Amino acid sequence: MSDAASPTLELADLKTHFFTRDGVVRSVDGVDLQVGAGEVLGLVGESGSGKSVTGFSILGLIDPPGRIVGGQVLYRGEDLVQASSARLRALRGRNIAMVFQDPMMTLNPVLRVDTQMIEAIRAHEAVDDATARRRAVAALTQVGIPSPEARLRSYPHQFSGGMRQRVAIAIALLNKPDLIIADEPTTALDVTIQGQILFEMRKLCQETGTALIWITHDLAVVAGLADRIAVMYAGRVVEHGATAEILERPRHPYTHGLIGSVPTRGHRGQALFQIPGMAPSPLRLPQGCAFQPRCTRAVAACAAMPDLQEIAPAHQARCWNPVP
Amino acid sequence: MLVFIIRRLMQAVVVMVVMSALVFGGIYLVGNPVTMLISDQASEAERLAVIRDLGLDQPVWQQYLTFVGKAVVGEFGKSFRAGEPAMQLIFQHMPATIELALVAMLLAVLVGVPLGMYAGLRPDSLRARGIMTVSILGFSLPTFWVGLMLIMLFAVALPEWIPGWPRLPSSGRGPTVDILGLKLSIFTAQGWLHLLLPAATLALAKGALIIRLTRAATREVLPMDYVKFARAKGLSERRIVGVHVLKNIAIPIATVTGLELGQVIAFAVVTETIFSWPGMGKLLIDSILLLDRPVVVAYLVVIVFFLVMLNLVVDILYSVLDPRVRLEAQGR
Repeated sequence: MSDAASPTLELADLKTHFFTRDGVVRSVDGVDLQVGAGEVLGLVGESGSGKSVTGFSILGLIDPPGRIVGGQVLYRGEDLVQASSARLRALRGRNIAMVFQDPMMTLNPVLRVDTQMIEAIRAHEAVDDATARRRAVAALTQVGIPSPEARLRSYPHQFSGGMRQRVAIAIALLNKPDLIIADEPTTALDVTIQGQILFEMRKLCQETGTALIWITHDLAVVAGLADRIAVMYAGRVVEHGATAEILERPRHPYTHGLIGSVPTRGHRGQALFQIPGMAPSPLRLPQGCAFQPRCTRAVAACAAMPDLQEIAPAHQARCWNPVP
Repeated sequence: MLVFIIRRLMQAVVVMVVMSALVFGGIYLVGNPVTMLISDQASEAERLAVIRDLGLDQPVWQQYLTFVGKAVVGEFGKSFRAGEPAMQLIFQHMPATIELALVAMLLAVLVGVPLGMYAGLRPDSLRARGIMTVSILGFSLPTFWVGLMLIMLFAVALPEWIPGWPRLPSSGRGPTVDILGLKLSIFTAQGWLHLLLPAATLALAKGALIIRLTRAATREVLPMDYVKFARAKGLSERRIVGVHVLKNIAIPIATVTGLELGQVIAFAVVTETIFSWPGMGKLLIDSILLLDRPVVVAYLVVIVFFLVMLNLVVDILYSVLDPRVRLEAQGR
């Protein structure tokens, strides 16, 4: 579990806004999170909740018109928001690695897999080609790619989607990072492949002590993977706690609705629960609690934004009138 | 790959057959060569003799077959003007044109790709806007005007205003060197000086096109996940731009460069005329003016063959640059 004294990564009041022509989009608006060595944090939310932007903000990979406008990204105590671009480049891929959502788009289509793996090693270490190649083979073996030596000479299009995502994960593992940010890496894959990859990622983190932030919209995915879950809505964390606690006793009405909308065997033939309304436009967030217009438990106090407060031991929710 | 090349060659043959029918129809049937070749004072008997000699008394389809039969072995008749075989004339003028076209395209690519990439990487910078404005001028200005302005500036005005400014030659190709039987200018300093202005004239328009193409391709590739992933791997900006981006934009650039090279070789007529460059374009214009029909026909046949071949080379290059195309070609 997390070592509260020195987390691998800590986000403090992180704010990433996009300055578009139509106005300012507060994609991430004050997020506090932390993740320690060997720990898996599930970052859950629907599209547009700011979970991916949070992930990219950690590595400083926000493209204009987006910008980190406030807060801190503390990697082992070092604030990456203030870090130089050279320092960020040195950390990327070596200390903090990332796996993207769509394996079909992640690998460069005109470069062979060995080129893309070896460059990732040699960007950080002056090793000779043979050593880099050996490490690439080892990484491919680690993620379960058969006959890795031969596969190294292939182009990305010669792999299936699942295999490509394994290659991307192998690239993330190459330099033995302490933190991996996985941005919905199994969303584009079919369920059996998804299961295999989840199992292997979990095993790898336990073996190597790598911290993992797993970004997803799918609660079922993180249920068996994450130690802790943070639920995001409209750029903020609305509920946070141990996985079992969140899944069994969700306190924020949004989390409660999310869990209620997951199909289970006991509900066969019945209509699934739906959260009423739609996610608000990021340009025109409601005053106060952003979930209030869709919330069945809204009260007068919801006109002001509640704080993320301790609601049970190791369980925080951002709600004035939490689900009992 | 071999199957692919053979298939393309067969397509080339079809194109050339269709083209030859069109050229034949256009050149031999629209105007009557008899009125050109026989003086008004000739007797009726002489007229008929010439018509029989030329085979013009035969039905159209038979004339066409005779034409094709001769064309297959490279026989397009003799130039009315020079009395030499038309093909020989064309091959004599070809090196000058190809040399000019290659230097012009090389110039266009070497200048156009870096400028285009710069404009694509920093689209909002002042310099990028400047590059794009100049590129609009580059392909909007008519070639003949650009050529004349360059002559005025570098061959007339500057040498006069500034003492010691070198006067660039504006006419002809200068001394040539025989390499494998081809007369080439690019191996003498004087030859290069002669090449500069006509090559710059052609390169301006083509370079402008390549700048715009490169910029668009760069802007298209940059937001791709694989570029962001390359950043997430901690690669240097130089490697991302020089390898990950460049290798991807090379595909459209190679295609367009190849096709444009064909265009320059086939239709450098205007530039060659302005600079009295003794290439195929100049030959074509002179031949059209003098109604030297065998040369015109032979020229068009050669050009069509050349363009089809160039397309084939571009397709092959395409499969070298893009591994996905390679696999499909193997799969078939």
